Amino acid sequence: MSSLGKKPGFGVAQVILFLSVAILVVVVAVPVLLIFFNAFWVNGSFNIRDVARIISEPDTWQALVNSLIIAAGTTIGSTIVGTFFAWLVTRTDLPCKRFMKGMFLVPFMLPSFIGAMAWKMLLSPRAGFINRFFMLHFGLSGPIFNIYSYAGIMLVEVMYLFPFVFIQVCGALERMDPTLEESARISGAGLFTITRKITIPLVLPSILSGALLIMLYSMAHFGTVAVLGIENGIFNIPTLIYQRIHQSAGSFASIRTGTVLAAILVAAAALILWLQGKILSRGHYQIIAGKSFRPMELKLRALRMPLFLFCAAYIGFTIVLPTVVIFLVGGLKTYGLPFTWENLSLDNYKFILSAYKVTRDAIWNSVTLGFSAAVITMFAGVMISYVIVKMKVRGKGILEFLGMLPFSVPGSVIALGVILAWSGRYGVNLYNTVWIILVAYIARYMAFSLRANSAALEQVHDSLVEAARVCGATMWQALRDVVLPLVRPGMLAAFFLIFLPSLRELTVSIMLYAPTTRTIGVAIYTLNEDGETVRSAALAGIALIIIVAGQLLVERFLGKKAQG
Amino acid sequence: MEELIQIEGVAKSYGAHRVHKELTLSIHRGECFTLLGPSGCGKTVLLRLIAGFESPDAGVIRIGGVVVSDPAAGVNLPPDSRSLGMVFQDYAVWPHMTVFDNVAYPLKLMKKSRQELTASVMEAVGMVGMKGLEKRLPSELSGGQQQRVALARALIAKPSLLLLDEPLTNLDANLREEMRFEIKELQRKLETTVLYVTHDQEVALAISDRLAVMDERGKIRQTGTPWEIFERPADPFVFNFMGVANFLPVRNEEGKYLVGNGSQPIPWEKPEGGAKDWAAAFRPSDVKIGRGGEGLRGAVRRASFLGAVMDYLVDVDGASLRVSAETHEAIAEGLMFEDGEDCIVSFRGLHWFEAEKLREALTASAHNNEGVRA
Amino acid sequence: MSHVRLVNVTKRFGAVTAVNDLNLEIQKGECFSMLGPSGCGKTTTLRMVAGFEDLSEGEIHVGGRLLSSRAKNWYLPPEKRDFGMVFQAFAVWPHLTVFENVAFPLRIRKLPAAEVEKRTKDALASTNLLPSAEESPANLSGGGKQRVALARALAINPDVMLLDEPLSSLDPHLREEMRFEIRDLQRKYGFSIIYVTHDQAEAMALSDRILVMKLGVVQQIDTPLNVYNHPVNRFVFSFIGLSNFLSVTRADGAFQLAAHSELLPQTLNPPEDMRRHETLSLASRPSEVDFCGEGGLRGVVARKSFLGEIVDYQIKMGEQELRVQKNRRAPGPDVGESCGLRLLRPFWYEGAE
Repeated sequence: MSSLGKKPGFGVAQVILFLSVAILVVVVAVPVLLIFFNAFWVNGSFNIRDVARIISEPDTWQALVNSLIIAAGTTIGSTIVGTFFAWLVTRTDLPCKRFMKGMFLVPFMLPSFIGAMAWKMLLSPRAGFINRFFMLHFGLSGPIFNIYSYAGIMLVEVMYLFPFVFIQVCGALERMDPTLEESARISGAGLFTITRKITIPLVLPSILSGALLIMLYSMAHFGTVAVLGIENGIFNIPTLIYQRIHQSAGSFASIRTGTVLAAILVAAAALILWLQGKILSRGHYQIIAGKSFRPMELKLRALRMPLFLFCAAYIGFTIVLPTVVIFLVGGLKTYGLPFTWENLSLDNYKFILSAYKVTRDAIWNSVTLGFSAAVITMFAGVMISYVIVKMKVRGKGILEFLGMLPFSVPGSVIALGVILAWSGRYGVNLYNTVWIILVAYIARYMAFSLRANSAALEQVHDSLVEAARVCGATMWQALRDVVLPLVRPGMLAAFFLIFLPSLRELTVSIMLYAPTTRTIGVAIYTLNEDGETVRSAALAGIALIIIVAGQLLVERFLGKKAQG
Repeated sequence: MEELIQIEGVAKSYGAHRVHKELTLSIHRGECFTLLGPSGCGKTVLLRLIAGFESPDAGVIRIGGVVVSDPAAGVNLPPDSRSLGMVFQDYAVWPHMTVFDNVAYPLKLMKKSRQELTASVMEAVGMVGMKGLEKRLPSELSGGQQQRVALARALIAKPSLLLLDEPLTNLDANLREEMRFEIKELQRKLETTVLYVTHDQEVALAISDRLAVMDERGKIRQTGTPWEIFERPADPFVFNFMGVANFLPVRNEEGKYLVGNGSQPIPWEKPEGGAKDWAAAFRPSDVKIGRGGEGLRGAVRRASFLGAVMDYLVDVDGASLRVSAETHEAIAEGLMFEDGEDCIVSFRGLHWFEAEKLREALTASAHNNEGVRA
Repeated sequence: MSHVRLVNVTKRFGAVTAVNDLNLEIQKGECFSMLGPSGCGKTTTLRMVAGFEDLSEGEIHVGGRLLSSRAKNWYLPPEKRDFGMVFQAFAVWPHLTVFENVAFPLRIRKLPAAEVEKRTKDALASTNLLPSAEESPANLSGGGKQRVALARALAINPDVMLLDEPLSSLDPHLREEMRFEIRDLQRKYGFSIIYVTHDQAEAMALSDRILVMKLGVVQQIDTPLNVYNHPVNRFVFSFIGLSNFLSVTRADGAFQLAAHSELLPQTLNPPEDMRRHETLSLASRPSEVDFCGEGGLRGVVARKSFLGEIVDYQIKMGEQELRVQKNRRAPGPDVGESCGLRLLRPFWYEGAE
């Protein structure tokens, strides 16, 4: 027999492992390492004093503090809102619960910086429609609310981030064994006591894990702070990095400041993820089991209609109103005119779709970039996940560590790292081309792909592959005939999890764009900054249509999997 | 008889955990052989060593005279070149393929002609009683049906050896009983050699031509026919593992053999050997419970009516015995005892074990008596 | 006077009648089991007694107290019923210690701290949990968790204990042990048990009386022995223990096995009131069949399996099969041999198999 080799497939395993490590090193590890290197090494030697000096500069220190304040406020607000709504739609007799639940998930789709723009139109101190309305009709001398403030930024972030907690808590409450609550009831506890003493403590790990996700996201969040904060001099870490590098066109000092701030972000993100992992592994109670009955519903009685109206008003105010404003402003002939029929037209929409090169390029760039990044990341992700989940090879530990990296690296850090790595210092200069954005997108979305593909691969039990092997299939044949067909849904999910968000990406692209390589997000943001409010709004409206339509299509074809 | 599988001196460790050392076993061609043992005893590891999913650290494995694993000579044939059939505990039917495609897969890999393939598949599907369901996807089948598909798939290439890894564990009790007879029937008809791994002694007794009983440490305690294992247990471990076991303590006091902590002498043949403390081992159905006559005096501590049988817990001088009686006989003979009644127990057969050996065997299987803690 | 009384209880879910006109009286201190296949309405009945489901019709009284009544539009919520209840999936709270789990019902009732301490310790002692009092129940085995659930249900010293398949999640060995523990606790505390299970051996071993249910309709309520010895219908016969059914047809006034030319032996004739039917089924239990040399039903041994203490035979009689189980020491024919069979306790039901 000719196949009497030692450990057949040995070479194949090593090749796949090597490729996986190489991809993660080049795409994620090198940029992050460069950031740390640039932050701590000055003129070839380790220098912590300089780092301390940069942090203690008033502007940088303020940005750090701001990031913390905004993240803390947003996290607390979102947690309360998310938990409350999750409890309402899973444990009470609120009318139209299913519809409400769907609506509370809508903010997941909407880009928060577009929302921020809408709120700017509504609540900016002088020009905001709501502020003007009150000043005009109630004779107020000043605005009733100034959106250019910490409170304003936090409110807008809460509106778009609370679904992270909402979806986690909903999931936990729905899967929870109803007899856990029933046994409290038969013990003599009323429904409010049960909620307080049994239900909430049991889902606490889910609440905390959602809250930490929000904190991670908010700390590194660019869009909302950029739209609402810069006007009043409120910077957080990502906006300060952007502003410094943008203003100085990439000077050495600005890059240094950037890398120090980015290093802090990475450290904070790693800490948060570590905490989350701890909570999930230790505190996650086994509360899923048993026969399923309908869980008990709290009868809201007299509060039923008021709470229903409250939810409806919340949805109207935070989701419908900003969206409508975007579309209306996008239809205005000139910003500042009142919303009357004669002032509204579809001209802006036609213009930006057909005649205006900036926006046409942006749409084309975003679609091609998103598509390429999604395809590449999908394939790379399935390969890396396969090694991590299924293979038993030496050196896998390194890969597992590298595989965690993409989760803890915020967008602005990736952008900065990519600039350091790919702007000619190491032989390759991609700066000012679309390629640098592509590389950054791949790094940014690798985490999504790894998560979707790993989940799909976990479902493929080893015995399925082993069954093919005893049937006479070689390793390659088993991969082709059994593994690949079974992870196809995971790959598809990964594709859309990357393609759809990339259409509205701002944080990374804003740091990397050149005049001809604007993406949709960049175009909306820069047009808005340049005072082209109506065109910016029109493009935002079109982006919303594309994103929502895409999401609906995905949900239709992939079931509910897409919202991992 | 010709030996199909020969395992000689096989050793396997995972890190510091040694699963097998110096294991030697052979399986005859055409027999149904069962590896029986408690969970964690390494029986599945042995099966996977034979299948080629694991490689031994030392020793030689031969299938049909061909060396498939021999680390010393650098030989380790991959599973796909061992021409085996295997059925897994979790069925492992491929969810994206129809029943037909699942069963046809081994033949497709052999590049059989379409005509030949279809004929073989239909025959295999019919053989496991799945005719008419070829176009279904596994998700449209019950657990029992999925396991039938797995069986057809394992048998279609006419392997010399069929490996079954706890194939019935995930099925409900009725189906489990039905399927074990079907597997036995197929094995007889096709004259395939079967290696069956299970922790369920009833399945092992029902299905095997021969079986090996393994203990927690992976040591084979006894190999033999079901009758030999059940009626001639090599040691108390085997006796205890093969069913509900009673061990009645008997002590030798100045030549008299007395039961429990009381003063009743044993009314039957004495054990051979010089030990002081003994255990008389017997099954619940080997005890006759009565209201008079020869035997040991005791009291019914607990009477449970379980349907076809009455289950009594009888106290004899501080020792508890499980006694079972067929309900219809008990009613007919007026032997429906109630809690607290006095009774006389006599025995239809028993085994003697030295108390020392019994203690050793029972600590080995201590995990069976699960405590409060996980 | 009965302690628990269900009067004309009916429960409908939409068009489906889950429980149909159930009347039931359970005595104080009695252990009463409801037995049936899944979906027969036993769990729904228990949940109506507990108060998790309202009634569509009828009334439930416990100890002179009206708990639910459709006609009087009265419904007492579960937290006011003062029952103990144990669920299949344990339902112990992982965020509280074992002690706090058991103390929960007492704290809810605002008992003084010393009283809570004493009664919790009592309940823990009765279930052998004192050493684990300060642990999280998540660290306990399945049996340990179920003991915590039992202790929690005991803590308020309830009159009625509702047990919903409490042993199904445990392994067989432990299941048997816990069965007796529940029985012992009942003797000690004196509560009534309403026990829901699909495991007939469990119900038989534990209960004073059992109720067999099918599709929401009560089939039989009696002591375990009577249900086994005198099943009222074919369903009860087949649900309690192993069963054989042989189809019997009438031809020219005499009865014979279907698709089998031989007439039934003289000793095996249907009772008078059954003789008018064209087809009958002849029921027997595998353990209640004897081999006999001559006479009896004739068959051929198709399969003989040694299962340890018992030997299991499959006997072919024409197209039909009969299963026989004998003690391994009892003599029996070998595979392929023809044999005679005597049914010790034949039962007759109308209609073919």
